[in-house]
Amino acid sequence: MATIDSTKARALLAVGTAAPDFTLHSTPDQKVSLSDFKGQPVVLVFYPADWSPVCGDQVALYNEMLDQFAESDAQVLGISVDGVWCHLAFAKDRSLHFPLLADFEPKGEVSRKFGAYHDDLGESSRALFVLDAAGVIRWHHLSPDGVNPGAAGILKALESLTPEQRGSASAGAAS
Amino acid sequence: MTGEREGEMLSIPVSAADHAQGPASAKVTLVEYGDYQCPYCRNAYMIVKKIQKEMGKELRFVFRNFPLAQAHPHATHAAIAAEVVGAKGDKAFWSMHDTLYENQHALDDEDVAGYAAAHGVTTGELDAAYAGGAFADRVRADFRGGVRSGVNGTPTFFVNGERYDEDWTDVATFVAALRAAAKA
Repeated sequence: MATIDSTKARALLAVGTAAPDFTLHSTPDQKVSLSDFKGQPVVLVFYPADWSPVCGDQVALYNEMLDQFAESDAQVLGISVDGVWCHLAFAKDRSLHFPLLADFEPKGEVSRKFGAYHDDLGESSRALFVLDAAGVIRWHHLSPDGVNPGAAGILKALESLTPEQRGSASAGAAS
Repeated sequence: MTGEREGEMLSIPVSAADHAQGPASAKVTLVEYGDYQCPYCRNAYMIVKKIQKEMGKELRFVFRNFPLAQAHPHATHAAIAAEVVGAKGDKAFWSMHDTLYENQHALDDEDVAGYAAAHGVTTGELDAAYAGGAFADRVRADFRGGVRSGVNGTPTFFVNGERYDEDWTDVATFVAALRAAAKA
């Protein structure tokens, strides 16, 4: 795998820190807040742009894996600087069944907070975060823009969460 | 960086349970994770045929399922149908595999039932397999194992267990990489 050009991307928000809350549009008339998902793990998928081939593969893969993420009670959220109408068209075209959030205005603000923004490109970088049920970052990964990171790392991170971090109502109930 | 090199190795070793062409004693094994409705996989199908022709018994080729069902609505049924036919033996499996790629433009349930019938499988057997059971489980297990190995789209190739990230569309380049792996 190619190395990351650290001059072009900021450092990702560190593992162990509490993820900053945010509220973004998921559709023209709906907003989603990170705090809506307190009590369950969240997978944040920052990606550069709807429609580009690699993003397409990446979101298509996660879209096929929603049953697997559900086994960890995890919610997947995609985030890019594309606007809501673009997200809607993209989600419809690819039959996506998880929210795509528009980090559109102020542009890239949320991506910047997570250190997942390319200032020179004006796009989110290809960054993954796994948050525990309390919203603490437990794993992150930055890929070169042209490399689809797949999902092996996400699954491993979700599985390594303790029952408390997973937000299991009764420890051991989830597997 | 956490997990920089995660998921680049085949997590499920090739075994007798796999559908394989070529001798188990071959020094190089090529594993493809593919989707019968994926146009890139159809391209890969033709490339692999050329590679097999060139390498002969030097190569063992294994196909595993990775249907992207939301993007390709016929992919899962096609994969299950190939497994049902495959229960009649590897020769039948590969014949069905080839038939599906050769007819990628016509993969709805009726089309697939026709190809399966030509291999001695009834529509009733197919419908039962689509509803669940060992064949559907196998397709799902292939998919999940692929994700663990770092399959991130289709086709994804592994050469002697290592994910092949170089250009697979050029036969000469691919053959050179396979021969280099055979010597390693």
